[in-house]
Amino acid sequence: MTIAEPILSARDLHVWFDLGEGRELHAVRGFDIDLYPGERMGLVGESGCGKTTAILALMGLLPASASVAGQVVLEGEDILARGEDSMSPHRWHEIAMVFQGAMNAFNPVKRVGAQIVEPMELHGTASGREARQRAGDLLEMVGIGRDRANRYPHEFSGGMRQRAAIAMALACSPKVLLADEPTTALDVMVQAQILELLVSLTKDLGLAMILVTHDLPVVAQACTRASVMYAGEVVERGSTATLYHEPRHPYTRMLFAATPDLWGDEDVISIAGTPPRLDHEPVGCPFAPRCDSAFEPCATRAPKPIRVGDRHDAACHLNEREIAGATT
Amino acid sequence: MSAQEQDTLLDVEGLVTRYPIGRGMVGTVTRREQLWVHAVSGVSFSVAPGEMVALVGESGCGKTSTAQSVIRMVDADSGSIRFRGREIARLSHRDLRPLRREMQIIYQDPYESLDPRFRVRDTIEEPLKIHGIGAGKQDREDKVLEAMTRAGLTPPELFIDRYPHELSGGQRQRVAIAAALVLDPKLLIADEPVSMLDVSVRAGILSLLDDLRQAGMGILMITHDLSTAAHFANRIAVMYLGRIVEEGPARDVVRNPQHPYTKALISVVPKRDPNEQTPPQILTGETPNPVHVPSGCRFHPRCPVAEERCKSIDPELRPAKAAAARDHRAACVLT
Amino acid sequence: MNATTTIDPVQLADAPVSSRKGFIRSTILGERKALIGLLIVLFFIIVSLLAPQLAPYSPHQKVGPVYAPPSSKYPLGLDDGGVDMLSLMLYGGRISLLVGFAAAAVAIIIGGGVGLIAGYAGGKTDGVLMRITDYFLVIPDVPLMIVAAAIFGQSTLNIIVIIGLIYWTSTARLIRAQVKSVRERVYVKRARALGATNTRLIGHHVLPQVAPLLVANTVLMIATAIFAETYVAFLGLGDPAAISWGGLIENAQNGGAVFHDAWWAVVPPGLAVTVVILACTMMGQSIEDSLNPRLRVGHLSVRRFRMRALRGGITDP
Repeated sequence: MTIAEPILSARDLHVWFDLGEGRELHAVRGFDIDLYPGERMGLVGESGCGKTTAILALMGLLPASASVAGQVVLEGEDILARGEDSMSPHRWHEIAMVFQGAMNAFNPVKRVGAQIVEPMELHGTASGREARQRAGDLLEMVGIGRDRANRYPHEFSGGMRQRAAIAMALACSPKVLLADEPTTALDVMVQAQILELLVSLTKDLGLAMILVTHDLPVVAQACTRASVMYAGEVVERGSTATLYHEPRHPYTRMLFAATPDLWGDEDVISIAGTPPRLDHEPVGCPFAPRCDSAFEPCATRAPKPIRVGDRHDAACHLNEREIAGATT
Repeated sequence: MSAQEQDTLLDVEGLVTRYPIGRGMVGTVTRREQLWVHAVSGVSFSVAPGEMVALVGESGCGKTSTAQSVIRMVDADSGSIRFRGREIARLSHRDLRPLRREMQIIYQDPYESLDPRFRVRDTIEEPLKIHGIGAGKQDREDKVLEAMTRAGLTPPELFIDRYPHELSGGQRQRVAIAAALVLDPKLLIADEPVSMLDVSVRAGILSLLDDLRQAGMGILMITHDLSTAAHFANRIAVMYLGRIVEEGPARDVVRNPQHPYTKALISVVPKRDPNEQTPPQILTGETPNPVHVPSGCRFHPRCPVAEERCKSIDPELRPAKAAAARDHRAACVLT
Repeated sequence: MNATTTIDPVQLADAPVSSRKGFIRSTILGERKALIGLLIVLFFIIVSLLAPQLAPYSPHQKVGPVYAPPSSKYPLGLDDGGVDMLSLMLYGGRISLLVGFAAAAVAIIIGGGVGLIAGYAGGKTDGVLMRITDYFLVIPDVPLMIVAAAIFGQSTLNIIVIIGLIYWTSTARLIRAQVKSVRERVYVKRARALGATNTRLIGHHVLPQVAPLLVANTVLMIATAIFAETYVAFLGLGDPAAISWGGLIENAQNGGAVFHDAWWAVVPPGLAVTVVILACTMMGQSIEDSLNPRLRVGHLSVRRFRMRALRGGITDP
């Protein structure tokens, strides 16, 4: 059985933000990801964990105050190697993004169709009548009729604007779609519609997708695999079923335990404390102060991610102890 | 339900609240028809002491307008609101003031709920000053510390002199709760109390509300999150386009929904277990805006099982035949 | 119904215990531009107040030949009446600054009041007050000055009132917008739901948010008012008995200073007005800048993030 190569990988990605006065915020601290064609990967974490920064880094959309290290490998090529120069040819052509709050970021005085044409013309994939035709096709693909292309954004509902934002991202036929909190501001029924759309798009177009969200059940419903982030790093990754049934990092387990389930009877338990400040390097495991299973090495030594199952990695000393115990 | 009527805290009957849509000068002069946003169109429910009732629904369903009407921030057009037996729907604001001590509200946004210029102490002390409670500075400070402890801001000395920008979202929400608790209210209205907080923090706030409920407070929770309502509320009322379409014990509504809308909602709410996702019954389109309400049953244009008669019959909320509990009601001709 | 448990009581994030930087400290004293402006204005105020002590001669007395040029005896020369320019400048500052400050006070009080009531009350009251504001906005200032001077006479008090009545409108709009915005904030709604009276809401919640804006606006209004006084006096509509910088310029105009190449009769008053207005503007803009919620989110200004070499072993075992 041949195992396909990932279409997009990140290796040891770091992002620092310059805070002035010699201080730095180490927002992304060794981010690793492997995305396969047709795969839907959820990137889960709470506010401040670095998930948005990480995917912005995958596209090189970081401000002047940011500095980046590591590799972003798209179809075998490190597109981060020369910074912006190596990033820009691939942006939107191969890797595109639906931004957080994209539904509210439309230009109110331009027609929606024109705004979908814009990236095509900007990136030279199509222009004029051909571009308009394709914009119509895209609108059909996302479930908005082609005849709505001449409307203005304020004539669209929130859900429709989000679909239009997805159409914009697909304008240049990318292979990878990054979606940052695509359903956060939407009602649950509209959320279901958008997630259904995203799932069918990945299937029909062979897209690979990273879906960033803080909502675990959304990942459970729409994604096949997930990576859990905390304090700028991936603490566990694996299939969504494995993460729920066999979590190997306390944060993953505790995060599920803190999420109420519609029919679940178990107690819902909050996680006390707050995430560490990332303007100085944490000592030991960043989750240790809040962890219910912290033990002796956790305060002094930061755990590295290790393989704990089939395509299942976790960064926790408990796994090392287990593996060490199993081999003795 | 015993023969003796339980002393309900809040009793809402047939509440109607609507907002006029501005016509502008031209519209007024040309006598264009006045359009209304029918935010609340006949809502009835009650909250008893020690009970948490969740008003659940999507945007535009009228749940926030209902809460605003109950707390008299907005005046209802008709209907009755009885608080501890007393009719307050048309009470003057002067007569209402003493009652405001017993009915408090906490809002969704912990970042906007607190005056950035006030220390925690000032925010929590303000209600006491407004109502002239407390026999002096020391007495007020004691009450403030007590409210902070009840709200989980312990040790209170650590928080009392902080400014909001020094606190996390969850801590700010607790300050807002403490400011509500300091007057010892009987009814607490919580408008989306945790939707802007991180997941790991939500359970703490919700369990705090649960503790308050167990100590006898009545809580009306407004939320769009069915899972939260299912876990923490005693009763759930599902709203659609200004009406309650289903109402009953939380567990029953969520496990044995009667109304087609509730059934659809429950099918699309994501569950935690990837292997236990239900086939989603995704309704087409979006909720129509409350200005042009469909005739007959409000839900019929999107209802997957609508019949011809649904276009003309506006169903009442009555006990559902297939429900387990007698107080599980639905507004559908098919139930 | 399920019971829920929490693991621990709440902990405080280890943020340093800081108080909010005082408003004055963070705006005027903190910013160099504003500080310089403040010092300049203070300088002029002090000098004007001490005019009787500082002026070498009387501002009414002829002490030498007409349009005598500057010399060691008369540092700024003499005007067309042989009166010492330096003394005139020192006394002139008094009226210019007085009218400037007083007229600004009138404008701010009226404008702030109207803005507060309109913004807070909303509805019809707001509509009526804004229509009134619009009418005042439309009135052309110079013709109004002329008419008012003709009807009510040219006294310093009248000038102060007229200037105030012309310029209050921009303040009204600014304050109204801010009041409207603060009024809708959640913490104000919360206080209202608690049963706070309008007085309390305005006094404790709305005004403190509006006050900094009002201060910035006042400082800028002073600049406007000083300029207004100057041109009013220059047009000959000022108080004939009062000495002001604008009056000095008017005097120089009428006395043919240009014809006599007597720059010292024109430049000092003009320069003084310019410098004071500049100083007020610097202060006012500085305060305004610090009040703007500058969004420090980095713009997605592509092409500017930096690459770093990956150091080996960031987290050492």
